[in-house]
Amino acid sequence: MLNTITLIIGITMMYATPMAFAALGGVISELSGVTNIGMEGMMTIGAFVGASVGYFSGNPWLGVICAGLSGGALALFHAIASIEFHADQTVSGVALNLIGPAVALFLCRQAFDGSAVTQPVENKLPKLFGPNPDGILGNLNVDMMVVIALILVLIAWFILYHTKWGLRIRAVGENPAAADTLGVNVKLVRYICVILSGFLAGMGGAAVTLSIVAQFSQTSIAGQGYMALAAVIFGRWLPHGAYLACLLFGFAQALTVVLGGGAVAIPTQIIAMLPYLMTILILVLFVGKSNAPKADGVPYIKGRR
Amino acid sequence: MKISRTLLASILAASMALGGCAMDEKDDDTYQVVMVTDTGGINDQSFNQTSWKGLQDFHNKNGAIVRYLESKQASDFTTNLDRATDTYPDIVWGIGFSLADSLLQVAAMNPDINFAIVDQAFDETPQNVTGVVFKAEESSFLVGYIAGLSTKTDKVGYVGAMKTFVNDQFEYGFLAGVAYAAAELGKEIEVQEQFTESYSDVAKAKGIANKMFANGCDIVFHSAGGAGFGVIESAKENNQFAIGVDTDQSYLAPDNVLTSGLKNVDVAVESISDMDRQGEEIGGKTFSYGLKENGVGIPENNPNMDPEVYKKAMAIQDQIINGELVIPSTEETYNEFITNVIQK
Repeated sequence: MLNTITLIIGITMMYATPMAFAALGGVISELSGVTNIGMEGMMTIGAFVGASVGYFSGNPWLGVICAGLSGGALALFHAIASIEFHADQTVSGVALNLIGPAVALFLCRQAFDGSAVTQPVENKLPKLFGPNPDGILGNLNVDMMVVIALILVLIAWFILYHTKWGLRIRAVGENPAAADTLGVNVKLVRYICVILSGFLAGMGGAAVTLSIVAQFSQTSIAGQGYMALAAVIFGRWLPHGAYLACLLFGFAQALTVVLGGGAVAIPTQIIAMLPYLMTILILVLFVGKSNAPKADGVPYIKGRR
Repeated sequence: MKISRTLLASILAASMALGGCAMDEKDDDTYQVVMVTDTGGINDQSFNQTSWKGLQDFHNKNGAIVRYLESKQASDFTTNLDRATDTYPDIVWGIGFSLADSLLQVAAMNPDINFAIVDQAFDETPQNVTGVVFKAEESSFLVGYIAGLSTKTDKVGYVGAMKTFVNDQFEYGFLAGVAYAAAELGKEIEVQEQFTESYSDVAKAKGIANKMFANGCDIVFHSAGGAGFGVIESAKENNQFAIGVDTDQSYLAPDNVLTSGLKNVDVAVESISDMDRQGEEIGGKTFSYGLKENGVGIPENNPNMDPEVYKKAMAIQDQIINGELVIPSTEETYNEFITNVIQK
């Protein structure tokens, strides 16, 4: 029993963490008023850059940082398009989702001899309790990225709701004109938030290719970015809400793992539907009116009402 | 305006003429093979790469012209197969079942060119198409037998992708192999089975393998494609063993991959091409490659395996090759195998 419980916790955390990074990024970007549906693309580029920098340098932490930077670089395009040129943010986000995997694949073929799979990294990110602990710690031996995600959520929550910086970000997302008249640089705040969201999504990608597995392949990021997007809305644009939503998705997956394989007499295909059924059910039953930032997705043009 | 029109016309005329030239260029003396890859790229550490190796071997043996066209995405399949026919090759290979529909379409338009496809059997095979399938149950039986002999906890695991006809070959071959080893050792060996329902979800595959190792398995075999990376990673982190699939996957975790159930696509591609070159009629048929044809197998070097176990596995391999042991590939034949072979 204890074995099963710790197993569920371990799998939940493993599953939720990459999504949690991206979802946190999504929250920050959307609170500042820029819709960001390009998380999938930014995660994919981060997953590739993380794995390949980790492979060539031998240092996984450098990989994580570079993954963040690459995600941020991709987000910069989104920022320029949507903040500078008032482009439709959904279209720009879709473009990121198409560009991200394509660029990752192209670079992968350049760097790895035409292969769509990178070589496995020598050193992965460390585990919380070191390699191969005995007994109960084995199942709970989560990746360091899990811990980092948790810390980042706390920091984000504190900054967004307990500092003047957070107030400015939220003001820009709710009513940019009012914030502007009070001397807040709307463009700058939005640029920073969008790039930060790309940085976090890129880290989320690296959480897959540097801790869950040790290499990047075309299928490394298969929908986590979209799940993160759902988590943002599900979590009502709150950093801790989005994180809990990711945990819920992870928990549902952990249940399918634990219940599958003949533990209960239900066909495995039905069990595999569990995460999606749970999501729909909880959305219908428990989540009331979503309160999106008022100016979310609306370009701010000075002097226009 | 007039000038530009003339210019346009002459460019068109020139391009037609050039295109025409390329079409006519056919050296009748040299055998020519073109392969079209699946989307993983030519160095995909998997079928594309091994197929290309087969063609290079083919070239080295008889000087045939070999070349490949890479598909970047599924929508390239038809275009690439069509482009492959531009130089009138003797045979065009499609690597992987995902190319099946495109291949049939292009084959119908080019009745004079032979086509062959890896990992696909058609219900009705056209006269200029050849299907190639692999008896994955035979290699899976071998690795199952090896797992049965090597396990110290008497528990092994199997992670499949989805319950399909092809996946059944892996699953029941493996189960039969474990049962055979258990009968030989006179003990019970438990097999824990689970499906990822996905070819890409590494986290889920890793979670399943984590569970199996936590439940006392010490060897887990997978046939879950890309998701299987998660199984191998789990073996590495739990310091247990995984068994790889399709290609020798020991490079992924040198200390934690016991062996791999191989599909030697290169052997099939080379030998079918050679049959065609020597004028044998290969069209309209499906060829099945097993241990006997060296189409499946296990790697020769298995540093993590007891040499005694390897020797025994090779003895079993001989029995399969000379037909003494017939390996089940479906649930029905598996049950027959258990009653007829194991329980005697």
